[in-house]
Amino acid sequence: MKIAGRKVPFTAYIGGVIVVLALIMILFAPWIAPYPQTKIVGGVWDTPNPHDWLGTDSIGRDMLSRLIYGGRTSVSIALIATCLTMIIGVGLGFVAASTSKLVDNIISRVVDILLAMPILIFGLMVFAVLGTSIPIMIITISVLESTRVFRLARAVAMNITVMDYVQVARLRGEGIGWVIFREILPNALPPLVAEFGLRFCFTFLFIASLSFLGLGIQPPAADWGSMVHDNAQAIAFGGYAPLFPAGAIAIVTIGVNLVVDWLLSIHALPAGAGAEI
Amino acid sequence: MGILRFIAARAALGVLTLFAVSILLYLGTQLLPGDVASALLGQSATPDALAVLRAKLGLNEPAYLRYLHWLWGVLHGNLGNSLTTGTPIAGELMPRLINTLFLAGYAAIIAVPLAVGLGILSAIREGSLMDRLASILSLAAISFPEFFVSYILIVVFASQLGWLPSLATVYDGMGFWDRVDATTLPAITLTLVVVAHMLRMTRTSTLAVMSAPYVETAFLKGLSRSRVVLSHALPNALAPIINVVAINLAYLVVGVVVVEVVFVYPGVGQLMVDAVTKRDLPTVQACGLVFAIVFIGLNTIADICSALANPRLRSRKRQ
Amino acid sequence: MSAAKNDMLLQIRGLRIEASNGAVLTDGIDLDLRRGEVLGLIGESGAGKSTLGLAPLVYARAGCSITGGEILLAGQDLRKLDTNGRRSLRGVRVAYVAQSAAAAFNPSMTLMAQVCEGPIRHGLMNRREAEAKAIELFAALDLPEPKTFGQRYPHEASGGQLQRAMAAMAMSCQPDLLVLDEPTTALDVTTQIEVLAKLRELIHEHNTAALYVTHDLSVVAQIADRIMVLRHGKMVETGTTNDILMTPREAYTTALVAERKAAMSGHGVAEAARGETVLTVDDVTIKYGPVTAVKNISFTVSRGETVAVVGESGSGKSTLAYAAIGQIEAAGGAFRFGQAALPPSFKKRSLEQRQRIQLIYQLPDIALNPRQKISDILGRPVAFFEKLSGAAVKARVAELLTLVGLPLDYTERFPGQLSGGQKQRICIARALAARPELVICDEVTSALDPLVAEDILKLLKQLQDELGVSYLFITHDLGTVKRIAHRVVVMLKGQMVAEGATSDIFETPPDDYTRKLLLSVPEMRTDWLDEALTRRDIWRAGPAALPA
Repeated sequence: MKIAGRKVPFTAYIGGVIVVLALIMILFAPWIAPYPQTKIVGGVWDTPNPHDWLGTDSIGRDMLSRLIYGGRTSVSIALIATCLTMIIGVGLGFVAASTSKLVDNIISRVVDILLAMPILIFGLMVFAVLGTSIPIMIITISVLESTRVFRLARAVAMNITVMDYVQVARLRGEGIGWVIFREILPNALPPLVAEFGLRFCFTFLFIASLSFLGLGIQPPAADWGSMVHDNAQAIAFGGYAPLFPAGAIAIVTIGVNLVVDWLLSIHALPAGAGAEI
Repeated sequence: MGILRFIAARAALGVLTLFAVSILLYLGTQLLPGDVASALLGQSATPDALAVLRAKLGLNEPAYLRYLHWLWGVLHGNLGNSLTTGTPIAGELMPRLINTLFLAGYAAIIAVPLAVGLGILSAIREGSLMDRLASILSLAAISFPEFFVSYILIVVFASQLGWLPSLATVYDGMGFWDRVDATTLPAITLTLVVVAHMLRMTRTSTLAVMSAPYVETAFLKGLSRSRVVLSHALPNALAPIINVVAINLAYLVVGVVVVEVVFVYPGVGQLMVDAVTKRDLPTVQACGLVFAIVFIGLNTIADICSALANPRLRSRKRQ
Repeated sequence: MSAAKNDMLLQIRGLRIEASNGAVLTDGIDLDLRRGEVLGLIGESGAGKSTLGLAPLVYARAGCSITGGEILLAGQDLRKLDTNGRRSLRGVRVAYVAQSAAAAFNPSMTLMAQVCEGPIRHGLMNRREAEAKAIELFAALDLPEPKTFGQRYPHEASGGQLQRAMAAMAMSCQPDLLVLDEPTTALDVTTQIEVLAKLRELIHEHNTAALYVTHDLSVVAQIADRIMVLRHGKMVETGTTNDILMTPREAYTTALVAERKAAMSGHGVAEAARGETVLTVDDVTIKYGPVTAVKNISFTVSRGETVAVVGESGSGKSTLAYAAIGQIEAAGGAFRFGQAALPPSFKKRSLEQRQRIQLIYQLPDIALNPRQKISDILGRPVAFFEKLSGAAVKARVAELLTLVGLPLDYTERFPGQLSGGQKQRICIARALAARPELVICDEVTSALDPLVAEDILKLLKQLQDELGVSYLFITHDLGTVKRIAHRVVVMLKGQMVAEGATSDIFETPPDDYTRKLLLSVPEMRTDWLDEALTRRDIWRAGPAALPA
């Protein structure tokens, strides 16, 4: 199969299949999972067996069922946070690039300060003050990560606003809405789609890390990060229980990354022949 | 602008940023709902008890004064007292900072040469088997959460093979090599995660330089591949690579937090996570400040180094 | 016979170069070059001339490869060379001078280090000898302070100097064959003549053979013994320079030559009397921060008239255009449109004022939004300015397409599906959509191939006759001025040095700079360069010595 005149690489197929499977799992969790997520079906950390394909967790619940339900929580929260991140980041980036220098300077300086620190450290500060809940986590992550998106969106928009066609629209007297939505956005979409994928990976891993640290999504909802946290002790007894949710996180991230890599490679390649100037 | 003026300006900007971040760190914890006193006493607090504690903690002063007091203390090595233990934070923090820097340094010593070397090699042999292998493996490593890498390493090297300890226990007066032995697994974990990022970014920067017209010129002069890479491509790729290294060293500082928790390693990251769970704000602040200093310091040094690598800045004097 | 055979340096037979996507860049090219001979490779963009020029170095750009034919250098098939063989060929026997020397020099090495690198690395000279040779070449190429010039970094030298330094680098190993890829295209005319003269001297002195790749017939006329015309990767015709210029056989060559001749021979468009004034430029000064880009410029544009503003890079001509449209704010003086003063910023101008003055840009590629259909690109200004909608917009768009000579079904296309010339036509149509009284044209033909540019100029002229619009025409090309302008304004470093009817200015240039500019434009005769240099030397010796 060819997309945009190029053969789709094997790795992109793998990534695509993983992403589709993950989406199916999220949408149809109650129909796929063999047991309800809170039902205790066996002993503590049973090894994989015909009844519980991936064994049981720290209080005897079916690991596979918890994984399927947990994926629902982990992926959907990361997705919401990523969407919010993109809306804030792209919105501010486009406004900074297409309005006045003053607005640009103000937004850029604030972002610089937020960029001067790792997201995790700022995040921990906020959780220490406000405590941890899903809305607080989503908002905090979105605000902090949108600074990274802002940088990219602003750069992309800057490259487009210097194009003469944007100047033509401005000289005609078009408003900011027309300039952003009709002139800039359609041309900025390809890099922003790739950025969405990258941000999703980052947010997904970040939320998993927070949950793992016991600061993210709180029980009783199952999510992959806290499942690793809850089952971590199994390692000390020679078990593998935390590896299943941790591996699931890794697989979904790889899947999205493979697709993003392919998206990026489409835009990185030169247009082809006629390179002679 | 002369190079010295650039360095001075960049260093000043670093200090200014640190200052701004410290204000954010301090006021953020003070102005958000639920001050330290109510956090300390919990929901059962009586108004009287709250008032007494507020007075004791100096919470009745205006915010900027409290910030200045705090800053004054910080500049004199006084980071305040922990809310949970009541002991000075500095005493708790310093040995942990040394532990953290030891671990991060250990990882950096392995990671930087490995990643930069492999990154440049992949770029020069773009499309080769080695390049594609490095590209796929690094993509996988980027996708793995730190704790996943940690557990795999623990299962293999600690549980199955029994070569290394699964917990990174260190204590005062521990010998250097014992310390190295104890921190090898966490260091390898950090290395794997950071190498992947650094390798990919180094490769991209080097590729960008390799496609520059002056590299074509060098090839058309009949120079050997190694000569072109060493004297034409690398000097120009140096500035971006220095930036790549700095960004990733900074990333290392963040990665440390999770890895310290996995291996129960007594570092600043673990202390901070503990403090967040217990809502011990002064300790969280102090840890945040320490991370900020390391992070901003690294970025400032990197900017200065890459400016030094840029001939346009170096040779301004003649223009 | 044997003497003639030894004399033959380069023979290319049936050369085929393909891109990885299957496009054929050069197809079945044959080429012969004797020692000491200069062959000009002429063609428009995409003709395969640069690709062919790189073939004697056995080099194809990324994504391309040589797939067929022979490249014989002194009888040896270069395609059979292994990596080491190619390495000792490149730079030693065949050397390359790139179009943009500014990009082709390594920014972090001194020029001396880069010039000496070849001879030292190939083991031909030690460092002392190589440096002595480099200084000798710098002196021969008239570079400033040849002894210390090499200590500079590329960013410390000007474009013309870098181009000459690039030639010095190419000559450092005394190659048999020099490949020059548009070496003067990026330079101003007054700089071009000097580089051209020095290149020719160097080639003749060392009896080096050369392939001179260019799109400009009058440049190649000065330096080439023979010319090969290429189009779409195939050879159109080849012959001695005089034959090609005087008696071209193929229709394509004839058209190329005729276009150049038209550009050379014109003396501007005569004007009976100037009509009412459309635009008044009154003592305008424009600053970028502390730098004054344009200083005290005054002139007027009348209805139905074309005023050309000419100047070299840095003269401030484009800045003036952007200030007239209001994109840049003038620091002093004023623009008046009809009787009314124009506010400096377009934001403060009335809809009427924004509508009646339109701008056409140099690069149609970035002047059209690649994600909008032609129907939207043309329809929007119609709807915006004339408050039309639905069928009325469609009808007007169709009218505009007809006006610029494009088929009506182009409305459904995106700009990426059009050629460069067609895109520029769309830009013209977009400007006309506003029913303007004044159109500012900023180098509108300089990014186009000569024949396409000629068509665009004809179209603009025809539109002026039909619609009575005025043009403010910004250009660096005197040939364009001669063909289209009633009046001309000459600018130098932000100042106006001459202004008047085109024929007056061209026949009796009123000042030294305009004279120098006119003298520097290459003409399509093989003896022009010698003549121009002599005339300039005389003129330099003193205006009094200039023959009447």
